[in-house]
Amino acid sequence: MRSWRIWLAAILLILTTSAIAQDLYMVRSGMAFPEAMVALQKAIREQGYTLSRVQRVDLGLKSFGFKTDRYRVVFFGKPAEIEQLGNKYRDLVPYLPLKIAIFAEGDETLLLASSFHHLRPFFKQPALGKQFDTWEKDIQRILEQVRLAD
Amino acid sequence: MNRRIRFFCAALLWAVASTASAQGVRPDGEALYQQNCAACHGSDGAGGVGVPLNLPDFLAVASDRYLRNTLRHGRPGRVMPAFPSLTDEQADAIIRTIRGWSDAPAPVYDSVRLKGDARRGKQLFTEHCAACHGDHGQGGAGTGVTFSRPREAPIMAPALNNPGFQQSVSDAMLKATLLRGRRGTPMSPITALGLTESDADDLVAWLRKLPPDERLARTSQSPIIRMESPYGFEETLDNLKKAVTARNFHIIREQTLDSGYVKAGKENKRQYIVYFCSFSFLNEALSVDPRVGLFLPCRVTLQETDKGIELVTINPESLSHLFNNSELDKYCARMHRLYSEILEEATL
Repeated sequence: MRSWRIWLAAILLILTTSAIAQDLYMVRSGMAFPEAMVALQKAIREQGYTLSRVQRVDLGLKSFGFKTDRYRVVFFGKPAEIEQLGNKYRDLVPYLPLKIAIFAEGDETLLLASSFHHLRPFFKQPALGKQFDTWEKDIQRILEQVRLAD
Repeated sequence: MNRRIRFFCAALLWAVASTASAQGVRPDGEALYQQNCAACHGSDGAGGVGVPLNLPDFLAVASDRYLRNTLRHGRPGRVMPAFPSLTDEQADAIIRTIRGWSDAPAPVYDSVRLKGDARRGKQLFTEHCAACHGDHGQGGAGTGVTFSRPREAPIMAPALNNPGFQQSVSDAMLKATLLRGRRGTPMSPITALGLTESDADDLVAWLRKLPPDERLARTSQSPIIRMESPYGFEETLDNLKKAVTARNFHIIREQTLDSGYVKAGKENKRQYIVYFCSFSFLNEALSVDPRVGLFLPCRVTLQETDKGIELVTINPESLSHLFNNSELDKYCARMHRLYSEILEEATL
């Protein structure tokens, strides 16, 4: 009885998805950097995440005399996930919290995040696999929301 | 049971119908381009991380077959990924969008191999092409046109020895490119250099013999570097900071892992992150590939576990392949060595 449900789920999955594993998610926003940054922070919050800090990469570079356009890294996570996963999976800690790099390219803005595809062979716990699935979907939703924002 | 079978059949029919319906609709090439290509090649094909696609001379010589094969194979080690999930219809829709930027008709080439003199072609290549494309056709360093970082040339010279390029391009298209040149880039028609059509055949014969890039071999590595410390938490932290600054890194921030997620004063101080940076190294790495900032600034986490105190960080060598940019490999190897040295010194 259970097996036909699994088969049905598998057939539906094959027929209705075309997604394949991607290492990086990268999108271009037609908005200038300040507007794209606002849209990114809004999208992160709307997906239920807490934004913990913004690393201003460009300011550090400029302070040392290097020429650069605006470049930031936005860190975000869910408090309960950070606490639970940080305690349970110590090897995952270097990849926490989640982050998205955002940088200007002329009048437009590029946003970049990593998938968890490369971590899956090393973190085979089913619960963590589901967590990676959730993060990947959420990150893609966040990026898509910024890409389509006016 | 009958109800279950009916439900199963209905669900299956719905799935098949929706797939068929989706296939019946002509894919939206503009939307697909914006979704899959614009991040690197620009909204209008003017280039970015990726090479410009809207140059009239490029569109005049690039066949649909070349573009389709490029989508299929990508450029291993040169940023451009393969897109195996795109259907033929979706790939064709993207190509139609790219074609829309030019009035030139899509050229069609045969797949006949040109019979030139490769030895002579090598001499001509060394004399006229290697300055931009590299001695072995490995292409220019860095990514695409100006992209947040200053660039010395408006376009990165493509890697002609790249297996993705070699699989995608025909001899006839190579020859057409040599004869036409590419306005908007440093590449002039070879006839402007005093070369002839026969020289083009010789050059193409050599281009087909270019040795492939050996840096493309990848190994699977642990995504982290971890070392246990025989010292207490505070002493290890002190050692870590000394090891970091001894290598000319600036400590830019220290915080707990949960900082910003719990109320001030409630943080777990036994999971402590030290962020640090060498801005000259950062500038160098970003010049090679601005996407690498995703894994910056450098950080090491000091944490207390059931087994004791440990230091843990990302393994840059395991992340290098994510960027599909073999130029980055040496920076990731260098960073791996520095991380290992820092962790070793702090725990010795």
